[in-house]
Amino acid sequence: MKNFIHLKGVGKNFGDFVAVDDVDLTVAQGELFCILGGSGCGKTTLLRMLAGFEIPTTGTIEIDGVDITQQPPYDRPVNMMFQSFALFPHMSVARNIAYGLRKEGVTKPEISKRVDAMLELVQLADFGKRKPEQLSGGQRQRVALARALIKRPKVLLLDEPLAALDKKLRERTQFELINIQYELGITFIVVTHDQEEAMTLATRIAVMDKGRFQQVGTPKEVYEFPSNKFVANFIGTINTFDGIVTKVLDDQIEVYSDEAGTSLRALGKQLVEVSQKIEIAVRPEKIFISKEKPKDSDDVCIQGTVDDLGYLGNRSLYRIRLESGKIVQVSSQNRRRSITRFLEWEDNVWISWRASSAVILLD
Amino acid sequence: MNRQSRFIMSMLVFGYSFLFVPLILVVVYSFNDSSIATIWGGFSTRWYGELFRNEQILSAAYLSLRIAITSATAATVLGTMAGLVLARFGRFKGRTLFSGMITAPMVMPEVITGLSLLLLFVTLQQLTGWPGQRGFSTIAIAHTTFSMAYVAIIVQSRLIAMDESLEEAAMDLGGKPLQVVFDITLPLIAPAMIAGWLLSFTLSLDDLVIASFVSGPGSSTLPMYIFSKVKLGVSPDINALATLIIVVVSLGVAIAWIVARKSTKA
Repeated sequence: MKNFIHLKGVGKNFGDFVAVDDVDLTVAQGELFCILGGSGCGKTTLLRMLAGFEIPTTGTIEIDGVDITQQPPYDRPVNMMFQSFALFPHMSVARNIAYGLRKEGVTKPEISKRVDAMLELVQLADFGKRKPEQLSGGQRQRVALARALIKRPKVLLLDEPLAALDKKLRERTQFELINIQYELGITFIVVTHDQEEAMTLATRIAVMDKGRFQQVGTPKEVYEFPSNKFVANFIGTINTFDGIVTKVLDDQIEVYSDEAGTSLRALGKQLVEVSQKIEIAVRPEKIFISKEKPKDSDDVCIQGTVDDLGYLGNRSLYRIRLESGKIVQVSSQNRRRSITRFLEWEDNVWISWRASSAVILLD
Repeated sequence: MNRQSRFIMSMLVFGYSFLFVPLILVVVYSFNDSSIATIWGGFSTRWYGELFRNEQILSAAYLSLRIAITSATAATVLGTMAGLVLARFGRFKGRTLFSGMITAPMVMPEVITGLSLLLLFVTLQQLTGWPGQRGFSTIAIAHTTFSMAYVAIIVQSRLIAMDESLEEAAMDLGGKPLQVVFDITLPLIAPAMIAGWLLSFTLSLDDLVIASFVSGPGSSTLPMYIFSKVKLGVSPDINALATLIIVVVSLGVAIAWIVARKSTKA
């Protein structure tokens, strides 16, 4: 994998406040890379440093082997799609899209050819003469995308690209974005706070908190193998059990948890010692729920009662109360079509999961 | 018509009368044939003729217009720059002092502004020999000083309401800072600048106090002339003059309104 974008020890302080703290990152050409984090985690500052609107306090940024750390925004081979779309209200759609080429000094016939092609690409061929205010939200988003792509940047930065769209439109636009990215082969860096958006769009995700990358990996890695508590809790829902390590075997460990009222097992390569305090975490959809005690002795089995349940159509959510009072969330597919409920409030149930489903969280 | 709507109607009529009856009276009496301004003596346009034969009025009006155009233009340039600095350059050393100084002329009593400017011009003259004679240039400078404040405030509030990422987007697409100002910022704040220019123009046109302080012998602006004439009693040609001013100002406002509406639509 070639290091197309290379951040080395990049940091940014605003006075005493550390917005971005010593971030290292390499992104390959053609990747669709997502930076995911809550508000104030430093993701927007990082994006603005890539665009050139902020100069890093420390570190360097290289794109395609060129150090661009000190370059002003107008010299960078990088374009950005703004969260507000930032379409120029006094220019027509076509002039908005042409702006970048006009500043580059491209000839007029060439400009109109490329603008037409771009309008075609974003399916707005007949909208060139309109003003931005005459467009719907989805159309504006596509104009903003076209305007940012027309200079064929090496990297396209997208700041919350779908946040301004409603839910249905967002789902469709996600796939359009991926298709366009695939067609043009431009490296995309997307900043978002929406984990679902990050999961569907990205080839890789960086989860950011307090100005640092907590984990960088594929959507699967980040979801199934979170490297710490923050990542586990930020992406999806997860049940955690406090416990103390009682046994360390070759490929797995045994942990006694008061909350679970039993011993839990987890596969782990992490370096843990006997009597160390750790957390075991299990995703709700990895837990099976049954009225009878499951036969398979290899699984972790705990008894509890149904505290609450919710029917969501394709699946049901259960909150199971254990003897210790701990609430465990379980999500199960509604495979059978039935009008009666499989479980009722206060039913006694067994919840179980495979040892391989459990995640060991150290901090 | 029920009681409440009758009340509303009468308040409306009262309000409009309060605003416009004096103006209508001026217009009506400008066509008065009598040479006593307050007694109706039949319709005539002779005072308009008188007006255009009165050299003093014409030169005062010409001076006022020149001052108003000059100071409004200068105030728009300087005020726009000040508004840009206040709205777009973040925090810099002395920003609070700067914004305070910009708005000071708006709240300062005119007498004090006039007096302090007079002192300034006198001192300057003693030190550098300029201005040799107070008149057009000193009044224009004085008017620029206080109308600049209004332009700065109007432009600044327009800029604050404007999405800053528009300028960033232009820069991201390859616009150098100065190009971005001309491509994006200025077209978008143009309505504010036009409004500021018109306001400065009007403020300058009807300023009496400050102009009285900083003008010199032989350079009377129109308000100064009218005021000095009225002290000796209202003469009918002043009514004609006032009517012309009302027409010019109304036309100006109407044109500005149409221009502003077109610029937002087109």
